[in-house]
Amino acid sequence: MISRRDFIRLSLLAGAGAGLGVGTVRAQETAGPRSRWVFLVDTMKCVGCGLCVKACKLENEVPYDLPVTRTWVERYVITGEGQISVDGKGRSVEAGTVFADTPMGARDGYKQNVFHNYTELGSNVVVPPDMIAKSFFVPKLCNQCDKPPCVQVCPVGATFKTADGVVLVDRTWCIGCGYCIMACPYGVRFFHPVYRVAEKCTWCYHRIVKGMKPACVMACPFEARRFGEANKPDDPVAQVVETDRVAVLKPEFGTRPLVYYLGLDENVR
Amino acid sequence: MTGLEAHAAEVHGAAWTIKEMFVYPNEYIYWSIQIVLYPFMTGLVAGAFVLSSLYHVFGRTELKDMARFSLLFSFALLVAAPMPLLFHLLQPQRGVFVFFTPHFTSAIAAFGIVFFTYSAIVASEIWFVSRTFFVHEIERLRNAEGICNRVRYCCYRGMSLGAYDMGPGADQADHKAIKILSGIGIPVACFLHGYAGFIFGSVKANALWMTPLMPVIFIMSAIVSGIALCMLTYIIIMEYRKLRALRNRKPWMPAKDIAGVEIETVKITARYLVGFMVAAISLELLDLVFRGYTAVKSWDILRAVIYERDFIDIFILQYGIGNLLPFIMLLWPRLTVRRAVVALVLVLMGVFMMRWNVVIGGQSFSLTFAGFMHYHMPFMPHNLETYREGFFGLLTILVLPFVLLWLVNKLVPVLSGGEEETSGH
Ligand code: SF4
Ligand code: SF4
Repeated sequence: MISRRDFIRLSLLAGAGAGLGVGTVRAQETAGPRSRWVFLVDTMKCVGCGLCVKACKLENEVPYDLPVTRTWVERYVITGEGQISVDGKGRSVEAGTVFADTPMGARDGYKQNVFHNYTELGSNVVVPPDMIAKSFFVPKLCNQCDKPPCVQVCPVGATFKTADGVVLVDRTWCIGCGYCIMACPYGVRFFHPVYRVAEKCTWCYHRIVKGMKPACVMACPFEARRFGEANKPDDPVAQVVETDRVAVLKPEFGTRPLVYYLGLDENVR
Repeated sequence: MTGLEAHAAEVHGAAWTIKEMFVYPNEYIYWSIQIVLYPFMTGLVAGAFVLSSLYHVFGRTELKDMARFSLLFSFALLVAAPMPLLFHLLQPQRGVFVFFTPHFTSAIAAFGIVFFTYSAIVASEIWFVSRTFFVHEIERLRNAEGICNRVRYCCYRGMSLGAYDMGPGADQADHKAIKILSGIGIPVACFLHGYAGFIFGSVKANALWMTPLMPVIFIMSAIVSGIALCMLTYIIIMEYRKLRALRNRKPWMPAKDIAGVEIETVKITARYLVGFMVAAISLELLDLVFRGYTAVKSWDILRAVIYERDFIDIFILQYGIGNLLPFIMLLWPRLTVRRAVVALVLVLMGVFMMRWNVVIGGQSFSLTFAGFMHYHMPFMPHNLETYREGFFGLLTILVLPFVLLWLVNKLVPVLSGGEEETSGH
């Protein structure tokens, strides 16, 4: 609902003209020395326990039992040549067949060796352990792209990039058109079921501006998620990004992600 | 968090999306039936206007009857066109923010500007076309009795904007203004719709949508649908009038004097329709062939969607029944009104399916390129959301332009001839 104050503000904005209006929405950023944060995901260390997803849902008020989430963990299994089991029946597959899933964003971790919902084949796919050529987990979150297409397409400027490089959504200004959701090549965004506006991972902006780490980073027992500051000279995470062989997701979209991955496989989507 | 969960919160999209294989957790069909309707409606607007301009600008006198009607219909459609956009917003009460704080890197932000520019052009053209009619009515109603007539009289006085000049010079000036306005209107109409194409074509994350051809494809199919709808409505109105006139006929009046649809008008308009259809289909096929030939990374999943999952929607409903069949029906010799009506309905359905296949088809595969999503349109609504994004939301929006046309027709009679004598341009 629009309060009276908002209404007056709106009317003033309308009077003051379009360009000025955008400035006002953006003017909520504060001044001061800026951090440049960087996120590192080490896929070699992830065990798919889902503790990060749990922590995120609780920290950021994403309804726990609904099938949307700010961060998630994907599971990949790449087979050798031979027989797998589909709905209890044997079925031969070629070497290099990929199975992947992320039920409930892996909130409860991966405890069973079953891929559901592979309807073309059948609904329950089991790859016997000796048929697994390689398998791994890949945590996903917002890449806080340096060139964010989601920000580009928002018709009202409700989603914006802060001066320290984090992309946020103004819940009081989003009209709920979903254009940003369409524009994100990583499927990071969704509509918040309660606030009914665009929602996304913010790297726990409310925590990091106070010098804390994001909730998922704190929750990970294996240091698969790490968080650092690019403009601190001896920051260990920044050093890994600078000196190790890291990759980003879907570089072909030209979005310049700030989440770097160690051990990224070619099969990761 | 428990407080939040206590709400009957729902995930937007979960009610009508069925996922298969590997799909990211937050992916749903976020743009559903209302976004199918949006380009469909703006397409009709643009098409109806282009049809009327063919007469006003290029002097195609054979289209005279259709021209005035199309212009008014274009206006009725125009007023209805933003409704689907508004309907699909999760915060519709904030829709006006698009005008207050347009963020110009977004393709949607310019909507207000394009829309109002175009509305102004159409409204002023209608004014010039109807001005002499207003003045006639003012004269006629000046001393008429009755509250209804007084209201009408006041309306017309207002709408004439005080321009009562009826001399030959004034008439010429009107004609000139109409010509200029429809001249400017054609590119603006095309822009209005090409821009709807750009909204989709510029989404780089979507492998099906992203093509520079999208705006042009949209414009061509827009003109096709606009012409088809105008022809159809014109035929229905004329036939209805004929029936009514026949029923009210006094015994001494000869039945042959009561004119229905001019089959000649239908035939000529149909020729333009077929021309634009050829252009539209060529572009669409070019796009398809090009994608298959270049076969970039996304082609595997696109092929699975186009040739397997959506085969019926695309090749049977859109190209077969919606394009090829009416194409043959319209070109077959000795076109009759009845055959034309069937063909026109099919053309409209074909264009609707094209919008459907773009909007829904573009979301029927996952960003992973390894999974699929199906849209199951809600039928019986069980809350506001399933109404808006379901079958009854579709019906509401489809009926709206006809209600508006009926209203516009009260003040500015849409078709010349019949019992209401108009100035007719
Ligand atoms: S990952 Fe998606 S939501 Fe995050 S900044 Fe990039 S485009 Fe925007
Ligand atoms: S859903 Fe909200 S944040 Fe996203 S583009 Fe629309 S208005 Fe902007």
